[in-house]
Amino acid sequence: MSPAGSARPPRVALFVTCLVDLFRPTVGFAAVKLIEDAGCEVVVPTAQTCCGQPAFNSGDRKDAAMLAKKVIETFEGYDYLVAPSGSCAGHIATHYVELFDDADPWKARAERLAAKSHELVSFLVDVLGVTTTGARFAGTVTYHDSCSGLRELGVRDQPRKLLSAVDGLTLTEMKDPDVCCGFGGAFAVKYPDLSGAIVDKKTTNVVDSAAATLLAGDMGCLMNMAGRLSRKGAKIEVRHVAEVLAGMADGPAIGAGKKGA
Amino acid sequence: MQVTSPAFKENAAKALADVTLQKALKNVETGFIAKRAAAAAALPEFEALRDAARDLKNHVLAHLDLYLEAYEKKVVAAGGHVHWAESAEDARRIVTDICKRLGARTVTKGKSMITEEIALNDHLEREGLIPVETDLGEYIIQLRGEHPSHIVAPAVHLTKEQVAGDFRRVHTHLDAARDLTEPVTLLSEARAVLREKFLVADVGITGANFLIAETGTSIIVTNEGNGDLTQTLPKAHIVMASIEKIVPTLEDVDTLLRVLARSATGQEMSVYTTFSTGPRREGDPDGPGEYHVVLLDNGRSAMLGTEFEEMLRCIRCGACMNHCPVFQAVGGHAYGWVYPGPMGAVLTPTLIGVDKAGHLPNASTFCGRCESVCPMRIPLPKMMRAWRNREWERALNPATLRSGLGLWAFVAARPGLYRLAARVSSMALRLLGRGRGRIASLPFFAAGWTKMRDMPAPEGATFMDQWKARAGR
Repeated sequence: MSPAGSARPPRVALFVTCLVDLFRPTVGFAAVKLIEDAGCEVVVPTAQTCCGQPAFNSGDRKDAAMLAKKVIETFEGYDYLVAPSGSCAGHIATHYVELFDDADPWKARAERLAAKSHELVSFLVDVLGVTTTGARFAGTVTYHDSCSGLRELGVRDQPRKLLSAVDGLTLTEMKDPDVCCGFGGAFAVKYPDLSGAIVDKKTTNVVDSAAATLLAGDMGCLMNMAGRLSRKGAKIEVRHVAEVLAGMADGPAIGAGKKGA
Repeated sequence: MQVTSPAFKENAAKALADVTLQKALKNVETGFIAKRAAAAAALPEFEALRDAARDLKNHVLAHLDLYLEAYEKKVVAAGGHVHWAESAEDARRIVTDICKRLGARTVTKGKSMITEEIALNDHLEREGLIPVETDLGEYIIQLRGEHPSHIVAPAVHLTKEQVAGDFRRVHTHLDAARDLTEPVTLLSEARAVLREKFLVADVGITGANFLIAETGTSIIVTNEGNGDLTQTLPKAHIVMASIEKIVPTLEDVDTLLRVLARSATGQEMSVYTTFSTGPRREGDPDGPGEYHVVLLDNGRSAMLGTEFEEMLRCIRCGACMNHCPVFQAVGGHAYGWVYPGPMGAVLTPTLIGVDKAGHLPNASTFCGRCESVCPMRIPLPKMMRAWRNREWERALNPATLRSGLGLWAFVAARPGLYRLAARVSSMALRLLGRGRGRIASLPFFAAGWTKMRDMPAPEGATFMDQWKARAGR
């Protein structure tokens, strides 16, 4: 598990992500717990902000490269970068290298960081060999495959594997779990009608699954689906998969009030 | 055809509100996706074939000039004619010149997307000719005065009830009380009507799925056999093909045919795969007296060597649009020109300009499902992003987006400032959430979000603040 046969545990730098930082701190603490429980030391670099994906996907390569450099500088000294998001991890692991020319020394640094950057759940399973997190969760859940994690990083079986090891949990698949929820970052605000139609179809599949809880690995998708579910009046709890895996699913769900409002 | 791509948003809103269209669009999901998946899964070498198909077309694009010249020689040797058309206007003129020389009146047409691209039917009508679409879907939309909404299934936006209504309106020589509830009845009726047209046609125009340099052969694949009658019965057969359709050898075509039908409709092969090499030879029982190939560039050679070159690998299977959540939601007409869906989002800006088609590469969630099913492994999201880059460079995006992103990037580059901004946003959003945990209505740019859904409120102070507050951390 430790790099280069050293005795010390791997040092994992947590890339918190903007949405977890602002909307769902529990996911950050769940990530810390999961990685620590798996025998790693977790560091949260204080210089981190955003991975730059919004700029990259808007065509603003200059700002995307500027922010990528900051992430590279901040995180390259650790053994791993881990993010509780397939979208942000996917951006760092697959797109940073596209931002720099071959002759640019930043390219090699981007490649080195990409090689050790992971989405949280696949990191636990594929890199650390975790087979169970020892969590308990009573109820039926359904899992949405977020697009970037699924198609850029191959995250599909790993969360299902760990969820199936959660005591008391039943996983029931919805129709088309691998189809986009319609979030798409700025897409949701630029094309609200379209995004709304797609998330409406998605949440219909969620409701039809009859699961009591919807899980996914990305806050963007989760907020989109939670927002649509509550607007429709559906009584389904929405949580990040890390909350359940870490046994930290006691608080209010995403978009649910403190008094169960 | 009229370009309505700049009005994509309005087109999409209209499509979403169109109950009949929404009913018809369900067929896209039920009709294509599971069948493609089953066909791909049934072939152990399918993924390897995709690699081979990609490599093959990359090789062709690197030597396009050589293969096109070799192809031309073979066509001429077989007694055919090759016409080079740099622009849509050139192609239209070439076709009407041939028709006029032959004194043609009725022109039958097999399915061809590039004739849509060059608006050939309108042009033929202006020149006094009668174009008749012979593909069932194309025939239906011609009756309606529409354009294809899908590159493989042109009438997929229609219900069978709508088609029955059109047939009653146009086929007035038939019993008005006839039963048209079953699709097979509609098919038989179209078949009978079209049979007459095939027999009187003077010129037949088809597209080409592939052109083979080794033999000078053009290939079309159809499921109705209409292409065969279109090209063998008239005096002349005109093949309309864009320059990237070329493939080196017969053997190579096999690789592409094996991925094409599986990706398009989930069939192992289309029902008809028709090879045409030159006009009727002495001793042939049938075939056209003349065989012409119009090779259309129309901006494609300018894509070579650019970040959009890989788009020229496209074999027009339609898998990208079948699997696209945006296409599934609004159908093809909303895209506002000939090519819809992800392939259209990349190709249309190259053909009509990103200033007009700018919405198309932006109206994507980048879910990547298109690329995951593309038989030619075309990186469609990457190329849509490349268009967004061009738009950014040319400052074509809305000023609010540009200044908003600029401000955000300024803040994100400064961790201390970012922490402060996150803290203030968290407090403001929690205040708006008022303990309910969500916000039903937000102003300004976020109004788009709350139009269809609530905004979950932050659950507490930011992670970074809480982390810092924990002793010893």
